[in-house]
Amino acid sequence: MLEVHGLSKIFGGLRAVDGASLAVAQGSIAGLIGPNGAGKTTLFAALTGFLVPDAGSVRFRGEDITARPPHHICQHGMVRTFQVTQPFAHLSVRENIMVGAYLHTPDRALASARAEAIARQVGMAELLERTASGLTVAGRKRLELARALATQPKLLLLDEVMAGLNPSEIDELIPVIRGIRSSGVTVFLIEHVMQAVMSLAENVFVLSYGKIIAQGAPRQLAADPVVIEAYLGRGAAQRLAGGAHA
Amino acid sequence: MNWKIPAGLLAVALAYPFIFRSNFAINFGVLVLFFALIGQAWNIAGGFGGQLSFGHAVFFGTGAYCSTVLQLKLGWNPWPGLVASAGAGALVGALIAALSFRFGLKGSYFALITLAFAEAFRILANAVEFTGGGLGLLIPLKRSAVNFQFAERIGFYYTILALTVLSIGIAIWLKCSRFGARLAAIRENEDAARALGIDSYREKVKVMALSGALCALGGTFYAQYYLYIDPTLAFGVDKSVEMLLVSMIGGTGTVYGPLIGSLLLALVGEGTRAVTDAQGLSLIIYGGLLILIIGFLPNGLVDLFKLRWRRKARA
Ligand SMILES: Nc1ncnc2c1ncn2[C@@H]1O[C@H](COP(=O)(O)OP(=O)(O)OP(=O)(O)O)[C@@H](O)[C@H]1O
Ligand SMILES: [Mg+2]
Repeated sequence: MLEVHGLSKIFGGLRAVDGASLAVAQGSIAGLIGPNGAGKTTLFAALTGFLVPDAGSVRFRGEDITARPPHHICQHGMVRTFQVTQPFAHLSVRENIMVGAYLHTPDRALASARAEAIARQVGMAELLERTASGLTVAGRKRLELARALATQPKLLLLDEVMAGLNPSEIDELIPVIRGIRSSGVTVFLIEHVMQAVMSLAENVFVLSYGKIIAQGAPRQLAADPVVIEAYLGRGAAQRLAGGAHA
Repeated sequence: MNWKIPAGLLAVALAYPFIFRSNFAINFGVLVLFFALIGQAWNIAGGFGGQLSFGHAVFFGTGAYCSTVLQLKLGWNPWPGLVASAGAGALVGALIAALSFRFGLKGSYFALITLAFAEAFRILANAVEFTGGGLGLLIPLKRSAVNFQFAERIGFYYTILALTVLSIGIAIWLKCSRFGARLAAIRENEDAARALGIDSYREKVKVMALSGALCALGGTFYAQYYLYIDPTLAFGVDKSVEMLLVSMIGGTGTVYGPLIGSLLLALVGEGTRAVTDAQGLSLIIYGGLLILIIGFLPNGLVDLFKLRWRRKARA
């Protein structure tokens, strides 16, 4: 469904994404993890047209969409959420979601009905008439998800929708994301909350200093010394192993 | 959508010339509606679209000159001239928007570029032959409705009423249409709007064309009402500021804000003129009011009405 080849994005001298290649299969939930500043958000931005890649290509649903503008990519079925939530602050939750729903219908009543259905799906039906600026962090994260979902995507890119949520909120959101996948939407998510990655993703990519350094099932990666070192520093895997022997 | 308010307002506006028959009263009504029209034109770009302009006179002047030049140089009737003006205003709006937004101009940069365009048009109108240069253009007196020169002022009144109703109708449509929702999204957060599939460049060009067309209608009306136009009247900063003030005082991004602002502008203007002959006093009062309103009612005078409605709803 999504194939990325040798994607690079350079900021000044910094290779924020450095020749990253990956593929996401249709109908799956894929994960992208990596330490802070690894380039995950930058990678998402380059996939969705918000940043023009310096090298590499992005194929989506059989078409080369490299460096197309964001609205084209969204219309083609790939939509992103923002790590730092970007609500339409003065609009109500309903109006926020309707903006997404309007992608496929000019009809106000229909867009409104879709917004309601999606609000129910992500568990914010009671908040429909609230102004977006008054939402809690958890509410805003859900709103990001709902708006994106309203565009009826084929592939949903979620940038840390669990960050800042408490454990019970995370427990609520996990089945919501499973539900989205079972409704036929492929999901690709950036996540620091390992509990979420472990229970959701079938295939996980690990990004470190802009490079994909490992890929595989989450349990297998958790034991991979390359991954542990990326998170904890050089020699950490050995030290951990040593500690276990002692 | 609550149709009681627009229907009530329309009934009052239709009956007004029969209740207040004096020339003074009709003239007052014409001015209120005229500023409501060009204020709404500004509001559609600045309030609904979030693209603040300091140079909307560029569209007003384009309209005024378009129909007048067509009339004087090519012998056009001013009614088709009015339609041509709307087209010219839309074209200039789309061109300025396309240029500015291609280069990613936003906020105060966009405001300045529109101001620069208005000034450039003013200087151009001063310099070239067919606009009559600095002397301006005088439309010969030939009183008849066919000529858009009504023998009775009431004809002007109902013409400007029709144009203002059109502008308010467009504002109502923006409140409840997909185009309006997209504009609101762009105004609130352009990146988020683009992520959701909105072509923000195209929508912004569209709204500037729409706003330019409406503003140009006001320009043609002005030329026909006073039968005279010159570069400063047409493209001067005064007009740009007046449109902006009318909209800001009443409430930007609201359907009735420009109408309320325009009514206040006219009342203050006539009120001070009745009390004193001192030039500029009305402007001082107006400036003072503006400061008070920005201080206490940052969303404009419509907030006063909203508060009352809410109180009534609770009672
Ligand atoms: N617009 C930009 N200009 C310059 N440098 C940038 C820009 N955006 C990101 N960077 C840098 O690129 C690197 C990658 O940032 P990015 O936000 O993609 O990381 P991330 O993996 O999403 O991190 P986090 O887990 O903290 O969200 C960082 O060093 C960041 O400072
Ligand atoms: Mg990030």
